[in-house]
Amino acid sequence: MFLARVTGTCTATIKTENLHGYRLLVVEPLTFDLSPDGEPFVAVDTVRAGPGDLVFYVTSREAAKALAEPFNPVDATIMGIVDEVRYQPWTGGGP
Amino acid sequence: MKICRVVGEVVATVKHTYLHGYKLLIVQPVDHADRSNGRPILAVDCVDVGPGERILLSDEGGAAGLVLGAEGPVRAVIVGRVDGTDVLGSRSEKSS
Repeated sequence: MFLARVTGTCTATIKTENLHGYRLLVVEPLTFDLSPDGEPFVAVDTVRAGPGDLVFYVTSREAAKALAEPFNPVDATIMGIVDEVRYQPWTGGGP
Repeated sequence: MKICRVVGEVVATVKHTYLHGYKLLIVQPVDHADRSNGRPILAVDCVDVGPGERILLSDEGGAAGLVLGAEGPVRAVIVGRVDGTDVLGSRSEKSS
C-alpha cells in the first residue's frame, strides 16, 4: 500500500454493474515524506474519504477484493484515512 | 520475499474493516549490503516488529490472504524478523 492525497471526486453515471454505489475519488500519489510521486489517478473509496484527506491505497488485483463483490474491474482502492505518518528514511548500510 | 528495514508507521483510525486490529508499518527494501533498494512500501505487520528491525516482506495477495486468515485487499505483509543472512561469505547478524 502507498500514500496519496485526495484531490477531487469523479462521477460516472454509466459504469459497470459491480461499481454501482461506490464513490470514485481522484488521488495524487505521494511518497512517505509527502512529496508528489507520479500522476493522479482514480480510486474507489471504501472509507468515505474526501478532498484534502491523506489516505492510503492498494492497487492491482487486491484492490478489487476490497469491495463486497470481489469480481469487479477495479485496480485501485482507498483503504484508510491517515491520522499520522512517522517516517525516517533508511540511511544505513554501505559498501 | 524481500528483506526490508522498518522505517516508519502509519496511524489510521478510519480504515477498511479487513485491516482492523493490525499495525501498518512503512518498510524499506534493502540490498545485500543493507542499503536502500527501491521504493518504501506500507505493509501489514503480523509478527509485531519494531522500528529499525530487519524483516521479511511478502508482497503477493495470495500469501497475504493465508497469513491474515482470509482473502482480502492486502498485498504487502510482514511475515518474519530476520536474524541474519549469509550471502557468499558476506555475513550479517541481527542489528538495528
